[in-house]
Amino acid sequence: MGAAPANAAGRLGRDLFLGLFASFLALPLAIVAGVSFNDSRRMRFPPEQWSIRWYVDFLHDPAWMSALRSSLLIGVCAALLAASVALPICYFEWKYRLRVARALNTLGRVPFMLPPVVLAVVFLVFWSLLGHVGRMEDVVIAHAVVFLQLPLAAMMLGFHSIDRTLVEAAQTLGARDADVFRTIVLPIVMPYVVSGMLFVCLLSLNEYIIAQMVVGFAIETLPIKIFNSLRAGFSPTMCVGAVLFMLAGLVGYTFIALISDLPKLLGSEARR
Amino acid sequence: MERLDAPQIPRRSRLPGGSFLLVWPACVIAVFFIVPFALLLRTSVARPGFGALGEGGFELQNFTGLAVDGAFLGSVGFSLALAAGVAVLSLSLSFPFTYWITRMSRRAQVVWLVFLLTTLSLSEVLITFAWQVMLAKRIGFSNLLVWLHLLPEPMSLSPNLWAVVACLVYLVIPFSVLLLFPGMSRIDPQMAEAAQTMGASPTRAFFTVIVPLMRRPIVTCLLMSFIVAIGSYVAPLVLGRPEQWTVAILISKAALDAGNLPLATAMSVAFLTATALVCGLLLALGGRGRPT
Repeated sequence: MGAAPANAAGRLGRDLFLGLFASFLALPLAIVAGVSFNDSRRMRFPPEQWSIRWYVDFLHDPAWMSALRSSLLIGVCAALLAASVALPICYFEWKYRLRVARALNTLGRVPFMLPPVVLAVVFLVFWSLLGHVGRMEDVVIAHAVVFLQLPLAAMMLGFHSIDRTLVEAAQTLGARDADVFRTIVLPIVMPYVVSGMLFVCLLSLNEYIIAQMVVGFAIETLPIKIFNSLRAGFSPTMCVGAVLFMLAGLVGYTFIALISDLPKLLGSEARR
Repeated sequence: MERLDAPQIPRRSRLPGGSFLLVWPACVIAVFFIVPFALLLRTSVARPGFGALGEGGFELQNFTGLAVDGAFLGSVGFSLALAAGVAVLSLSLSFPFTYWITRMSRRAQVVWLVFLLTTLSLSEVLITFAWQVMLAKRIGFSNLLVWLHLLPEPMSLSPNLWAVVACLVYLVIPFSVLLLFPGMSRIDPQMAEAAQTMGASPTRAFFTVIVPLMRRPIVTCLLMSFIVAIGSYVAPLVLGRPEQWTVAILISKAALDAGNLPLATAMSVAFLTATALVCGLLLALGGRGRPT
């Protein structure tokens, strides 16, 4: 009898909490997005006069566009490199339970756990000792190693979702390992491979301190460019850069959710 | 079991065919992680100002210097305390949140998760920038406080400690939700219901059934939040005063502004050790008890 009002109060409390939580997460983003559509150069929220002039400015500014290009190039290359490292590790761990593969899998997850600034120093020391500084591949390799954990985790889930009887059936019918890989393993694992690569790409696009320490003096990525302009003073063009990042994240993760099972990718058990 | 896991292992050799493909990942991890990390340790005991392998010598000067450097020790202490505070705060917000979203429909979960992942992957630079804009004098937040009669007039709300804490909590929350999510979504909703049937209030059921079941994930979550927060660099630099600078800022100043790599590496090693000690302590305290 006493349960009903308690439940109603509980539900109200829950909705209030969720609403506040969502606003806490959304407010800074909404303000930045609002400012980016403001006609005036001064910071105003809500915008007094809507305009897309800062977007036009952004697209016509060679410095911002080159930062965007470098960021995208670094993100895509880091994702490809990380995937090329993670795929053999996961395949051999899944197929043969090789001890080497398992060791590599564990080792490959370590960098992600270290504070970014320490990793930045690690790669700064490494590349300067090699005398190979200020190149784009320096930061590509750094990002691929740092974010290797993500494709490893995603692909391992993908391999574990393969039904072993399917593989056995194919082998009984005379398929060789390469055939099984091409016709069964790859199609099942592919969404997880793509998700893993997207995770690396999105995190690399947003990563600041490692890129700054390793190549910051020679190459401006988008976060570096935003940080530098942040120090120089406010300009609405920065907000445009920020909005593009949010959109990239939103589109990327929605895509992951569409091609694979997002809750499962994040560790929930499939609901029956 | 064995039969399923080892299908037709070739008899001719111990290693299965094609395993030469593992040479590539092994090389990448060895050359680009193990070697660089070893070089970090090596450089931390080189003479200050030297970085090269041969001429660096072997001295503990960098570490002994740090041990009496009040500014560095103070910053380490501050960073640890800040990270601990942020970890606890974000856990207390994300725990009930995660509990509620795991009880939603799958579609609603996906929407929340996409939203969280988007904020998760936003650069620390962007989030700090967004907070700086939000806390500025002319924009929303202080006006809101004026409207609520909490402030006499609009003012700039940064730099100060609370701006740093709020921004870090914002940065850490998506991580802690995603770490709590797997464990929480595996808890059978009937557990809490059973407790309520037996007369416990929903709040009581939450604290006596759900929280103990989540002990392990809670410890992991505190640990990871702590690690994320302790590495923060941009937020304290932009939203804090110099006395709120974290070790990360000191390390990058030593490496980039002063160009003293041996000092920066020694700081990194000391910082890693301090972090590892705290994490070890937390695991020792929280790891006891039965796994769920």
